[in-house]
Amino acid sequence: MAPNLYPNGLKVVHAMQMKRLTYWMFLAPCLLALFVVIIIPFALGIYYSFTKYNGFQVFAFVGLDNYVDAFLDARFLRSLWFTTAVSFVSVIGINLIGLGLALLVTQSIGKFSTLFRTVFFLPNLIGGIILGFIWQFIFLKGFEGLFELTGLSLFNGWLSTPGTGFWGLVILLLWQMSGYIMIIYISFLLNIPREVIEASVIDGANVWQAFWRVKFPLLAPVFTVSLFLTLSNTFKVYDQNMALTKGGPFHSTEMATMNIYNTAFQVNDMGYAQAKAIIFMVIITIITLIQLYLTRKREINL
Amino acid sequence: MRINRQISKTVFILSGTILSLLWFYPLYLVVTNSLKTKAEIFTNKLGLPASPTLANYKDAFLAMDFYRSFANSFIITFFSVLVICICTSMAAYALSRRPGKLSSFIYFGFALLMLVPFQAIMIPLVSVFGSVDMLNRVGLIIMYLGLASSMSVFLYFGALRGVPQELDEASLIDGSNRFQIYLYIIFPLLKPTTITVIVINALWFWNDYLLPSIVINKDGLYTIPLKMFYFFGEYTKQWHLALAGLVIAILPIIIVYMFLQKHIVQGISEGAVK
Repeated sequence: MAPNLYPNGLKVVHAMQMKRLTYWMFLAPCLLALFVVIIIPFALGIYYSFTKYNGFQVFAFVGLDNYVDAFLDARFLRSLWFTTAVSFVSVIGINLIGLGLALLVTQSIGKFSTLFRTVFFLPNLIGGIILGFIWQFIFLKGFEGLFELTGLSLFNGWLSTPGTGFWGLVILLLWQMSGYIMIIYISFLLNIPREVIEASVIDGANVWQAFWRVKFPLLAPVFTVSLFLTLSNTFKVYDQNMALTKGGPFHSTEMATMNIYNTAFQVNDMGYAQAKAIIFMVIITIITLIQLYLTRKREINL
Repeated sequence: MRINRQISKTVFILSGTILSLLWFYPLYLVVTNSLKTKAEIFTNKLGLPASPTLANYKDAFLAMDFYRSFANSFIITFFSVLVICICTSMAAYALSRRPGKLSSFIYFGFALLMLVPFQAIMIPLVSVFGSVDMLNRVGLIIMYLGLASSMSVFLYFGALRGVPQELDEASLIDGSNRFQIYLYIIFPLLKPTTITVIVINALWFWNDYLLPSIVINKDGLYTIPLKMFYFFGEYTKQWHLALAGLVIAILPIIIVYMFLQKHIVQGISEGAVK
């Protein structure tokens, strides 16, 4: 995090500082909302996770029982594994495709650059629910059409098996998020001084060398950002999962967020769902901290 | 050298075109099939419609109660974004004009709360708001303010670092109070950031499903994403209507994108990188 929030320019003569009362009045709406929406629910949530709770009434304090149950819950563990696998594969895919697209549209190709950007970024504007339904159609009907046309079994029976459900979700996420990550890579690529690239070209570097030897090392900080964003976004996916397969067949494509939701609002076992949510939060936090640590380390090494 | 460059340019344009077509293909399939009859979708999935019809659109439009669900989505998005722009820019202004330990502490508090995933507060949020009878649209707007404020405060705070204190001081000496300075001098200067804040939050709220599905339980208040489940119910799936419904649902955002493309792309990239 930024070590110094207030660079010298902001050091103010004491008399000119905002008065204490005004200060709190300006901050009040946001702070109140944070208290009501995040801080109080968060604290309550930790409490609920140790209880038997149905949404209206706490029946009993059960200590760590919910947590123990969660770790023995095969369906929950499967959903965590599924989430991790989806996230892992799509994070790699999204970043490779996103970087590839960014490199493509930052070449000197004139007006095509804007056109391509527009197309690649477009899916990112569509909401998760609608994306899920669009791809449900593509996998169920579009792929069926491709199967009838080509006879390739590759296109047969999508979303009806755990495997095709997994890849279906991954493909959807690649389509949705690659353009978003592309935008981020573009903004960093454009920040690389032209002279640096030109100098390397004059020295005889081809496009390939200019990328690996010059651009790639300079991109280290963007990997930290883009990996963090894709990791946390894919881990927390719910809408797309809900609209594409609804977790089926037989809960095999249920992500952790959906497992938590179902435990809470279908089974009404809120205390248990809350314990799962806390476990989920701890896992996300650990994974993103590891990722930040590793990519920061790499940034320094380069 | 020159020929080489020309060849690579052609290769780039060609591969970009192929990729763009591939990217567009899912939407192409959805749009073309939405113009077919129910029967034709079964026999001709990939081709163009034999005799294009807009009948599906008429039916889907009525089925999703489009005017009403559009208005519902718009009201929630508009007021949430409005409240967020005002409240978070005020908060960021305060933090930037009273440097010190307290402000740093609050700032890092905002950062820390960003790490809490929605799932961790989802259940208690419902019980807290339910207990005061606030599981309604006003409650939803307050929830969005709480969930979105960290990000927006950071964006505004970043921009305010570039606004010199001398501006405030001059006006203070002239006798303006802080609210006047904020309203007439500071907020107008923050316009580029305000656009970014509007873009990232409006897209989020417009497309959001999970939170409204928990908070809004009256059919007449359903937003567009909630309404889509009409077409994708448990038993019936009428693709011809569903596809027309999907196209209607994405059309508003595509139209806005065409007009405000530059702002949207810039807003998204700034929101992500900061």
